[in-house]
Amino acid sequence: MNEVLVWLNDPQNWTGTRSTPGIGDQVAAHLAYTAVALLIAGGIAFPLGLVLGHTGRASWLVSVANGLRSLPTVGLLILLYVMVSPLVSGRGDAVYLVPTEIALVVLALPAILANTYAGVRNVSPAVRDAAFGMGMTGRQVLFRVELPNALPLVFSGVRSAALQVIATATIAAYVGLDGLGRYVYDGLASRQFGEMAGGAVLVAVLALLVDLLLALVQRVTVSRGVSGRFSRRAAGGDGRTARITELAAADPDDLSPAAGDPAATDPVPVPEGSGGRSTG
Amino acid sequence: MTSAAGSAPWDLFGYFADHREQVLELLWSHTWLSVLPVVVGLLVALPIGWLARRYRWAYPPIVSVTGLLYTIPSLALFVIMPTLLGTQILDPLNVVAALTVYTVALLVRVVADGLAAVPEDVLQAATAMGLTRLQLLRMVQLPLAVPVIAAGLRVATVANVSLVAIAATIGIPQLGQLFITGFQLSVSGPYYPPIVLGIVLCVALALLLDRLIVLSARLLTPWQRVVTAR
Repeated sequence: MNEVLVWLNDPQNWTGTRSTPGIGDQVAAHLAYTAVALLIAGGIAFPLGLVLGHTGRASWLVSVANGLRSLPTVGLLILLYVMVSPLVSGRGDAVYLVPTEIALVVLALPAILANTYAGVRNVSPAVRDAAFGMGMTGRQVLFRVELPNALPLVFSGVRSAALQVIATATIAAYVGLDGLGRYVYDGLASRQFGEMAGGAVLVAVLALLVDLLLALVQRVTVSRGVSGRFSRRAAGGDGRTARITELAAADPDDLSPAAGDPAATDPVPVPEGSGGRSTG
Repeated sequence: MTSAAGSAPWDLFGYFADHREQVLELLWSHTWLSVLPVVVGLLVALPIGWLARRYRWAYPPIVSVTGLLYTIPSLALFVIMPTLLGTQILDPLNVVAALTVYTVALLVRVVADGLAAVPEDVLQAATAMGLTRLQLLRMVQLPLAVPVIAAGLRVATVANVSLVAIAATIGIPQLGQLFITGFQLSVSGPYYPPIVLGIVLCVALALLLDRLIVLSARLLTPWQRVVTAR
């Protein structure tokens, strides 16, 4: 444990030298890989999940995406690296970056897609019918009723995707990418235990902080009528705010604690046999 | 060893034929490295989950602490474990311990929720029949919670199979070793067979273990078949 503290307390490790980037740079690189992968995956999976959930069509796409989850992360990463890197060689970091980002996107897609889809499908039919009965158009129902109700599940998907991507970006250092994984593998290769475990501690802290940040965003954006998070006085029931306890109880996210799996196949067991799928 | 196999992805069978013994050995260590943490994790999670259910105030702290454990990336946990356990960095025990942590983190909440899902009238009926608290747990609550716990076990097992492979990058041999071999042989050009073989075996192992859990859960809950048959 001492070696870890020594390594973390060495200012040179933080500022870096001319040849080696400091911890700050590596954290920034790690976050950049994560952000790019999440934005691309979210840009594809979120709208797709909304449309599939709203129309109820082509649900096989969700099953296919879920099948991707049982792929071992390391294998996928190395396979993509071996496949893609010859095509982009000779352009600096692209050799490592392109295959890694593809792997990270493939990794993040299923969690976001399945949770968005399940979130929209799980909206109670009574609520959806009421919205249609009030004369809302399909688009209004999707964005004003289904999406707000689906948000908790969407967030749990995004959070588990973020954790997986952060964890896997660490492993990407094995094929040569920068980021915090560098310390783990460099320390392992040179038998510098402090560097190795220090890097691991930094990854864990980073993952916690990102999850915490997303949890805060979730808290701010999810309607209280959906999350059931009322102040004690309001919970006394003044009858002005509707509380949809049924939805909170049917939250099919039961199996994934705060978020998802740290690195590989995602355990959010949403899609099959979850709560209110009988909405058809 | 002369190899007749080429380097295309579909040459995985040739690769398997050439390295049969080694691959089977890797498959075996991969299997026990993924299964042992699930077994130990379940044994640890049962009493903690029961506590979280029995004493309501304990539920939120227990669930959030186990949730926090789940955010730690697996590679980080593999590497930090030696400091906590005093083991060598290459000791497979690190992997077992790290995956046990994840399994417990996942299952505690599942066990607590599974026990909570047992209908109140069933509990009252069992109590009225004179069952002691321990009998109640063993004969009523646990059997009725089997489907929920089995669902959690499936998630944990499939995740473990994939997580174990990561340990190969720090030098602990199992199926992930095939990815490393393929990576190292791909310096001059792509050499797919070991990588593809590793992926296929990992997915097959995950599917097989998943089926096993589904089957045993079905055997443990004979009344469910009657309900579905109706």
